[in-house]
Amino acid sequence: MNIQQSMTVRGKDRYKSGVMEYKRMGYWEPNYEPKDTDVIALFRVTPQDGVDPTEACAAVAGESSTATWTVVWTDRLTAAEKYRAKCYRVDPVPNSPGSYFAYIAYDLDLFEPGSISNLTASIIGNVFGFKPLKALRLEDMRLPVAYVKTFQGPATGIVVERERLDKFGRPLLGATVKPKLGLSGRNYGRVVYEALKGGLDFTKDDENINSQPFMHWRERFLYCMEAVNRAQAATGEIKGTYLNVTAATMEDMYERAEFAHELGSNIVMIDLVIGYTAIQSMAKWARKNDMILHLHRAGHSTYTRQRSHGVSFRLIAKWMRLAGVDHIHAGTVVGKLEGDPNTTRGYYDICREDFNPMQLEHGVFFDQNWASLNKLMPVASGGIHAGQMHQLLDLLGEDVVLQFGGGTIGHPRGIQAGATANRVALEAMILARNEGRDYVHEGPEILAKAAQTCTPLREALDVWKDVTFNYESTDAPDFVPTPSMAV
Amino acid sequence: MRVTQGCFSFLPDLTDEQIAAQVQYCLDKGWAVNIEFTDDPHPRNTYWDMWGLPMFDLRDAAGIMKELADCRRVYGDRYIRISGFDSGHGWESVRISFIVNRPREEPGFRLDRSEAAGRNLRYATHSYAADRPEGERYADQ
Repeated sequence: MNIQQSMTVRGKDRYKSGVMEYKRMGYWEPNYEPKDTDVIALFRVTPQDGVDPTEACAAVAGESSTATWTVVWTDRLTAAEKYRAKCYRVDPVPNSPGSYFAYIAYDLDLFEPGSISNLTASIIGNVFGFKPLKALRLEDMRLPVAYVKTFQGPATGIVVERERLDKFGRPLLGATVKPKLGLSGRNYGRVVYEALKGGLDFTKDDENINSQPFMHWRERFLYCMEAVNRAQAATGEIKGTYLNVTAATMEDMYERAEFAHELGSNIVMIDLVIGYTAIQSMAKWARKNDMILHLHRAGHSTYTRQRSHGVSFRLIAKWMRLAGVDHIHAGTVVGKLEGDPNTTRGYYDICREDFNPMQLEHGVFFDQNWASLNKLMPVASGGIHAGQMHQLLDLLGEDVVLQFGGGTIGHPRGIQAGATANRVALEAMILARNEGRDYVHEGPEILAKAAQTCTPLREALDVWKDVTFNYESTDAPDFVPTPSMAV
Repeated sequence: MRVTQGCFSFLPDLTDEQIAAQVQYCLDKGWAVNIEFTDDPHPRNTYWDMWGLPMFDLRDAAGIMKELADCRRVYGDRYIRISGFDSGHGWESVRISFIVNRPREEPGFRLDRSEAAGRNLRYATHSYAADRPEGERYADQ
């Protein structure tokens, strides 16, 4: 299927007025060797029936870089060959007739340094509505070190966050305040106090808690900080609550963030829907103000969930690490929200490792060197409970925030008991793991034993023991590992 | 009250056997084990006093348990914690930290509030133990 030769028309014929196929305009260069400084994008391209796949992939390269629908003479005023994105490889997608993986290289000069907005305006700009395609999905990108180094990266990073919180060696524990809408500031602070005093490290505003008639933002901030400080004095431990500063304008967000800072909060929160520029602004603000920056990925499933069209979440994770947030919701595998185990593993690696090797079975298509950019703490939230602690630790590792919202507040004996159950379950599991026990298989026994001296944990295990969310994933990797044969 | 800093404060106090297993875990990871003590467990008190240098070259949990026993003999009325330090690139910080000794009575903390403009409050966490001079804070225990 691959035409392994360049079809590019050269010389003055290339610039004759009229329409020319993209693959003949220089956007299909199968012999091109990507440079170390190129940005490489991998798209899943599903052409309309009858459209030549190579031409469709070349069109994606063209429409995401210099091309328009017809030849323009003004190309000749530029070093046009350098600026053309080059599709250099097209592979059929395994088990998916009619879809193709297109590898496209972009010269670094196409992008403004340190701007996610500029990067995405090119790569996922007009091209996703291009008529000759049925569907298009951005699967992965290789970001060259030269480009990575133009970004601030996480304002705080995992290591410094842990140092500031004085919490090492175990996942952090959080809970989202529920019900997410309707509580007054005074009642809201009660939930925060109970959860933190009971043993959680963090509580969290939900994505849509901003400033509503039932609770304006200043009320929430004031009562939450009373709760945080009370819980800190009651336990001798650093506590925090993610105050959501998402608002209509940057001016409003800065005002809220400044107030949180003035009150002594160690963390603020934003939603993905505020947009990439606003996120980068808040990351700069957070770095300047010694603040941890939590990002809720509100809205992402509208474009990440379906495999055929949109943007894979692994790109959102990569862009957000560059943009500079400290926390990002990245899936739970076992909870209530979408998350194939291997794909999720890929997201976590992107957040936490300094180097990601290509690993197709995790959906990671390129080696990625992060060049010592700070690490981004993944957050697991949505339908998880203490009875899954061994699985969570096994699947998600140690550098993660486990957020038990319902799994804390829904405890039959109250929020403090719910928080204590989670903390005891976690500490018991870490202790057992470090002792070298097979905690994944012995998990239920380890929890049962810890519950002997902790009534809240026993009650939590009784209430939620049968809760699982086993549905088929809509975004599993295309490649499955082939078991190697022993010879 | 019970100060809940560190990795295992919600579990019953660890036995020496359990502590040795955690120390061995640190050593197996190639981390340097450090013993520190304090009589002021304020949550922002980062620099507890070190019982000697981090044991960079010690590879045997028994040696560290002996150091812990010595530290307890001198400072058994204070908080003692063990931490594992990873000098690997990209971390270069503490990997695990847990309390292995506590004063018999933990007096805890008072929250001081001072009213500021509007409804703002300025908070200060006050360590009751620090009301007495350093070294005498748990003297009557």
